[in-house]
Amino acid sequence: MELEEIRVAVLRIEGTNCEEETVKAFKNLGVNAEAVHLKQFYSDTIKESEQRSLFDYHCLVIPGGFSAGDYVRAGAILSARLKSVLRRDLEIFIREGYPVLGICNGFQVLVELGALPGFDEDKPISEKPQMALTVNESARFECRPSLLKHENKCVFTNLLDLGRIVMFPVAHAEGRVVFPNDEVLDRLVENRQIVFRYVDEEGKYAGYPWNPNGSVFNIAGICNVKGNVFGLMPHPERVFWGYQQGRDDVYGDGAIVFKSVIDYLKKNF
Amino acid sequence: MIAEVFIELKEGVMDAEGEAVKKALRLLGFKKVRKVSSVKVYRIEIDTKNKEEAEREVKEMCEKLLANPVIQNYKIILKE
Repeated sequence: MELEEIRVAVLRIEGTNCEEETVKAFKNLGVNAEAVHLKQFYSDTIKESEQRSLFDYHCLVIPGGFSAGDYVRAGAILSARLKSVLRRDLEIFIREGYPVLGICNGFQVLVELGALPGFDEDKPISEKPQMALTVNESARFECRPSLLKHENKCVFTNLLDLGRIVMFPVAHAEGRVVFPNDEVLDRLVENRQIVFRYVDEEGKYAGYPWNPNGSVFNIAGICNVKGNVFGLMPHPERVFWGYQQGRDDVYGDGAIVFKSVIDYLKKNF
Repeated sequence: MIAEVFIELKEGVMDAEGEAVKKALRLLGFKKVRKVSSVKVYRIEIDTKNKEEAEREVKEMCEKLLANPVIQNYKIILKE
């Protein structure tokens, strides 16, 4: 697939607020990207020129923000709405290998939706959530830089060397990974699904404040078993540019996420 | 019929909000406070007089939206 052919949808509903910078990151790299309201996928009150199908796109991003006001639990309402109107399409989309990214609130949505940890390739969305992203151990909104060690590759980190440490900022109140039992963590490790873990300046798996939310095993981001659905609490789009982290380089640490998925789409579709 | 739905954290899941409230209460001098648990309550009015139907519906609501079974339990109390 040629660069100009790639189309990326950044999903928005009331309360999402990181769609602009996410769209701009993709656009800067030469692909078509747009913020799409969930209603554009199903409502017949939308004018025809703005109606969309998930299959108009090659990549879906659920951006950061506070979708539906974080009511009930962060991500719960958007995931319920996705389930009711897009579930079948989304399952096909994931099964066919198209990439899906959830950043921060988007990660919470993918978890509530049952698309992550995503152990079953044939049934990429589970009936019930298999993990939770719940209130930070500090019981506060944690907003600051975080250091992440790249543990395993997925389609959104293919171009990043293993073991590399990157800085993406976090900004969330509900990011603590909790599993129902140890078996889930074991499977994630075994399947190489843990993509990023929080570390300190020396690259060690450290506690608070390096692990900003108290996540089990210092987990910051995971992918599904196939590696094409990826969710993380920190924000790569906020360090897309070098100047956003005080560097002279054009691109910041976060750009690799966008470059990787574009590279994957170019090579595989 | 009215259903009151109580959403609680499961045993063993750290209640960060409860802990923070406990700390603040003790700082305010309430030294006898031993434990604080945060519980969320939804009061749902349903168009039915059939108790079983109401219970079935509310249970489904909990399963589909109101509770995440990984960390939360729910309790339903039905009122006329």
